[in-house]
Amino acid sequence: MAKAKITFQDIEQTVNVPAGTRVIEVSEKIGAGIIYGCREGDCGTCMMHVEEGWNNLTEPSVLEEKVLKENMAGRHDRLACQAQILGDCSVKPT
Amino acid sequence: MSNQIDVSSHRDAVEFADGVYWIGALDPTLRTFDIILSTANGTSYNSYLVKGQDGVAIIDTVKENFSEEFFARLESEVDYKEIKAIILNHLEPDHTGALPELMRRAPEAKLYISQRATSMLKALLKPTSDDGFEYTTVTTDDRISLGDRTLRFLHTPFLHWPDTQCTYLEEEGILFSGDVFGCHYCDKRLFNDLVGDFRFSFDYYYAHIMRPFKKHVMDALKLIEPLKIKQIAPTHGPILRERPRRYVTHYRELSTSSLSREIGVAEQSLVIFYMSSYGNTARMAEEVNEGANAIDGVRVSLYDLEGGETGPFVDLIEEADALLFGSPTINGDAVKPVWDLLSSLAVVNLKGKLGGAFGSYGWSGEAVAMIEDRMRGLKMRIPQQGLRIKLIPTEEELEECRAFGKAIAEEMVGKKQQKAVIDMADLA
Repeated sequence: MAKAKITFQDIEQTVNVPAGTRVIEVSEKIGAGIIYGCREGDCGTCMMHVEEGWNNLTEPSVLEEKVLKENMAGRHDRLACQAQILGDCSVKPT
Repeated sequence: MSNQIDVSSHRDAVEFADGVYWIGALDPTLRTFDIILSTANGTSYNSYLVKGQDGVAIIDTVKENFSEEFFARLESEVDYKEIKAIILNHLEPDHTGALPELMRRAPEAKLYISQRATSMLKALLKPTSDDGFEYTTVTTDDRISLGDRTLRFLHTPFLHWPDTQCTYLEEEGILFSGDVFGCHYCDKRLFNDLVGDFRFSFDYYYAHIMRPFKKHVMDALKLIEPLKIKQIAPTHGPILRERPRRYVTHYRELSTSSLSREIGVAEQSLVIFYMSSYGNTARMAEEVNEGANAIDGVRVSLYDLEGGETGPFVDLIEEADALLFGSPTINGDAVKPVWDLLSSLAVVNLKGKLGGAFGSYGWSGEAVAMIEDRMRGLKMRIPQQGLRIKLIPTEEELEECRAFGKAIAEEMVGKKQQKAVIDMADLA
């Protein structure tokens, strides 16, 4: 299975994950600082900033785009409960 | 000032500044608000009307079953066709209950809400399509003009919902503050210089509604404090027309950390709570305490839950940077005092605090993971996997407890060593 590395900058921890893993699945296990509310892409609580590897996450859905806009997301912000890891990337809490 | 005000005896609008009226409703028999608040003498739903040369603005409405009173007061002063703007400072149903009917009666009025209110507005009005109604989103320093009157917006989110904002009437110095500076206190005399002693209600409201959002209160005060304020008109409780500034000052006091006066800003606070049935988890707690104490910059406090009460513990938790819970496992669960405390934290903000759990067990030891899950649910970060020890800890296991406490404290002060890349399959 294809692997990818995700780095959580706030805790300076890198994890090897199977490609396709959602950020939420690994960030909670590792104790990173991204926090979660509804866990289904609606509330915007888990907004994170993608420092590197923006293109190595799945494209945001129309619904995610809408929630990001409503929560005044900045450039390269994503919802950690929605984004799936496809290649190496580096993220931190917003 | 007149002492003759009795808004319960009529259904007229009450003018409290030139062209500015209260058109709200009293709810004197309410005893519980939103499940969580006791309301010993009821509450009020304050709505306001501002007249200008070019039209009228309505600021917030009332709970749905008080609509009749609201519309009667509104109609005593203006026709619906005069209404140019409907401003919603907060979309909770006790302030938007009369909104659909108001929009129906005043179809020409424009709706002004904060950006974050849009999804809530749709959820409240349930339009069949996106073009079912129009609204304008506003933020800090946006203004609308009523000709000779200017309403300026202040973006003050999370007080106490994401959508909240305040509106300032520049010419009169009136701050329409939404739930900020409000309280559940019902009094037909309406104004702070006439009503009874509402200090308890004011502080109780803050403690249950605003307290989890202290950081956001401080951000909002930065916008509010520079304003020249003659009156504060909140959505619940008395209109604050006599010395309104002291309520602003009081909010700042209530939102300021008291721990920082004790331990200094550079030091962090770690609080360890535990329960023990045979003394094993207590033994672990002492060693965790010992380990954490070895790290400079961390002030550690150790509390046996058996000897305390929830209220003061919640106060400690609010200001702590990290929390550890020690619990034995009894019948596959953590013990009740732990859950009692962990279910009493809705009034404080835990977001981003560090958490951890430990405990001795006899058979299966589920308590530790259950506490960790609860902490994650409360938006805390769990940097270290919890520590479970079967029955009586050995010397080596006590050393593990010290290492656990030390690791948590190091994490707090950012001393943790750079970790090697780990594989997801190795995570618990």
